[in-house]
Amino acid sequence: MAEFTLPAHSKIRKDGKVFKAPAGAKNVRVFKIYRFDPDGTENPRIDTYEIDMDACGPMVLDALIKIKNEIDSTLTFRRSCREGICGSCAMNIDGRNGLACITACADVKRDVRIYPLPHQPVVKDLVADLTNFYAQYASIKPWLETRTPAPPDAERLQTKADQEAVDRPSACILCACCSTSCPSYWWNSDRFLGPAALLAAYRWIVDSRDEATGERLDQLEDPFRLYRCHTIMNCTEACPKDLNPAKAISEIKQLMAHRNH
Amino acid sequence: MSDYQFIDHTYDVVVVGAGGAGLRATFGMAEAGLTTACLTKVFPTRSHTVAAQGGISAALGNMGADDWRWHMYDTVKGSDWLGDQDAIEFMCKEAPAAVIELEHYGLPFSRTEDGRIYQRPFGGMTTHYGKGVAQRTCAAADRTGHAMLHTLYQQSLKHDATFFVEYFALDLIMENGECRGVVALDMANGSLHRFRAHRVILATGGYGRAWFSCTSAHTCTGDGGGMVLRAGLPLQDMEFVQFHPTGIYGAGCLITEGVRGEGGYVTNSTGERFMERYAPNAKDLASRDVVSRSMTIEIREGRGVGKHKDHIHLHLEHLGPAVIKERLPGIAETARIFAGVDVNKEPIPVLPTVHYNMGGIPCNYHGEVVISSDGAGDTVVPGLMAVGEAACVSVHGANRLGSNSLLDLVVFGREAARHCARTVKPGTPHRHFPADAGAAAVARLDKLRHASGSLRTAEIRLELQKTMQADAAVFRTGETLAQGKRKLADVVASFADVKVADRSLTWNSDLLETLELENLLGQAVATMHSAENRRESRGAHAREDFPNRDDEHWLKHSLCWVDAHGDTRLDYRRVHLNTMSADVETIPPKARTY
Repeated sequence: MAEFTLPAHSKIRKDGKVFKAPAGAKNVRVFKIYRFDPDGTENPRIDTYEIDMDACGPMVLDALIKIKNEIDSTLTFRRSCREGICGSCAMNIDGRNGLACITACADVKRDVRIYPLPHQPVVKDLVADLTNFYAQYASIKPWLETRTPAPPDAERLQTKADQEAVDRPSACILCACCSTSCPSYWWNSDRFLGPAALLAAYRWIVDSRDEATGERLDQLEDPFRLYRCHTIMNCTEACPKDLNPAKAISEIKQLMAHRNH
Repeated sequence: MSDYQFIDHTYDVVVVGAGGAGLRATFGMAEAGLTTACLTKVFPTRSHTVAAQGGISAALGNMGADDWRWHMYDTVKGSDWLGDQDAIEFMCKEAPAAVIELEHYGLPFSRTEDGRIYQRPFGGMTTHYGKGVAQRTCAAADRTGHAMLHTLYQQSLKHDATFFVEYFALDLIMENGECRGVVALDMANGSLHRFRAHRVILATGGYGRAWFSCTSAHTCTGDGGGMVLRAGLPLQDMEFVQFHPTGIYGAGCLITEGVRGEGGYVTNSTGERFMERYAPNAKDLASRDVVSRSMTIEIREGRGVGKHKDHIHLHLEHLGPAVIKERLPGIAETARIFAGVDVNKEPIPVLPTVHYNMGGIPCNYHGEVVISSDGAGDTVVPGLMAVGEAACVSVHGANRLGSNSLLDLVVFGREAARHCARTVKPGTPHRHFPADAGAAAVARLDKLRHASGSLRTAEIRLELQKTMQADAAVFRTGETLAQGKRKLADVVASFADVKVADRSLTWNSDLLETLELENLLGQAVATMHSAENRRESRGAHAREDFPNRDDEHWLKHSLCWVDAHGDTRLDYRRVHLNTMSADVETIPPKARTY
């Protein structure tokens, strides 16, 4: 009989701390937040924070910052732009991956449960280790490859239609919401590139200026790198920028099929 | 101290910061064969360059006649003559090549019908020396900064540049007035690193988070400026702080000037397009300082909109859904999320919001940090350079024109790399560090890590931000600035009583925010003191008690030193009215109207 052992720190302790709302608060929401202290030996816990929403901004990030500023400054999370463009505050909110800065607390029913991005090593609290995710992005050679020299003193020309093909795919913010929502990526993230890196590959494949389409497809011709996408579509569902990695991956598969026939 | 051990590294060049300027410098040097390390406290694509929207200026002439000399004239006028004209000439002349290079790297620019880079009008950008409206700002829809930052990171990957990601720079290592390297903390495990380099390039951005309401990211804490002050060096022109006219009321998120470039306009409570009164020619496309002041006056005089009559409306509903979808899709999204507004149907509530620091680390157009005292020429600080918003070259003078900052990043990031390639021979041997190199940084770190006072970092930061918001505002008086100085002195003093709750060395963001706060404090002090000192109005520095520009006494850069107690020393530096070459003549100061 097969024996399974969960990785260290997989189980969550039941004795999380509870921080009550201040007396007199009329509009209280409960935030249940994953806490993991890497310096200790203990398993993670869920801390409960009662927040007076009348004294808090509307977004989940506003609540996290309020907690850090006023209640518990040890709470650890990444954040920067607070307007949905830098991709720092990607996390799992209410069971869905998203950016805390553009997820409204009001859009979450009942308690707001906040966890780090799924299936990534946790550095501390809500900070996930994205080393592998970034390495996969770099592996698709995300830069323009050409053989034809560019005009010396002018831009390469590109039609509006050709530009439109790269316009949306190039808007990816590398937040990792898509890849870390993909079950296939959970099982095979060592070898399956995942939706974000594949969307990046697609962005260069369809760029009319790029001349390495063949090499790019060669790189993806592999049972794992591309074909572990099983069209589950969680990626497109998760993308906070309304991009469509699933469609990009499907178009890469079609380009492969055309090329091989 | 025995808890802490240094891990030592040696490179030809070390860049601190991975925004647009830092990345452009980093891969430029990697390309030139210099061993280069880039330290950054956030993964490169999280840097705040990513949030720039409207575009990057360059006289390409894709959408009508243009000339880099007109661009230079606009920039000098925009700077209210405080910009250094040699550096401005350099930037405007280099601009077309720098932008075309970005396109060659694959930046997904929006296109014209004939396939060229799309350019839009922007505030203060004119043709024929102020006579016509220029279309000079090259755009990738309304996420040009995102497109640029990602493109520059991609080039860094292509050139296999070395990054130390989530490393927080603590202090410069100085020896006899020369910069020898930098001390940094690896956020992941708290290990301490000393980087030895022939050149340290600070590309650490602005310090907008010293104010309560700003478009800046949480990470915009001007860490390079803080390090420079602690190294006993001055910061320049810190009184000049740009308020962007259109931050979203409440949230502070940026709404690009590109909205007005595409035909948007602002109105007051009577529905009047009031900019026609303040800037009869340029109207809504006047320079940012002019529009921000006009909006503030409208609100003050009771013509603000909303329940409290405390903001202004920005209209783009007349542009039509097609233009909005193609050219301003990000704005539509941001307005929906943060203001609950459908821009196709209703105006966006906006307010002038702190956006950009014209001041910073004084340097020449190669990026070399310079010091100078009144009357004397510039002296280069060996080993130390600065680029981007952290630097004060000064190309923006007293007021930056929109879309000149992305240009500043690539032109001076590129020039810094070229200058290092010219002046540093790859593999040049290094002298040993002085025995105590980095000791002061570690002592500071250790003290703050165990700080057990009575005030949370966030409490002190909030006091700082409220003080700056109230007293280093759009309009200033001697009285409010003197009051701001007193309040800031109290805030600085209160930092001795700070409390850090997280004692860990692993991703201790409580400690990092405290280190960032210390950097903010020094720069806030420099800002308030320089502003109180400058008894004239110029560009973004509007003194109600001295409403006019005073070239006789104040056509000079301010320099401000701040010590650990918050005590300051002020001095001045000559404005370079001379141009760099005979290609263009000096633009002599004259009245600035739009």
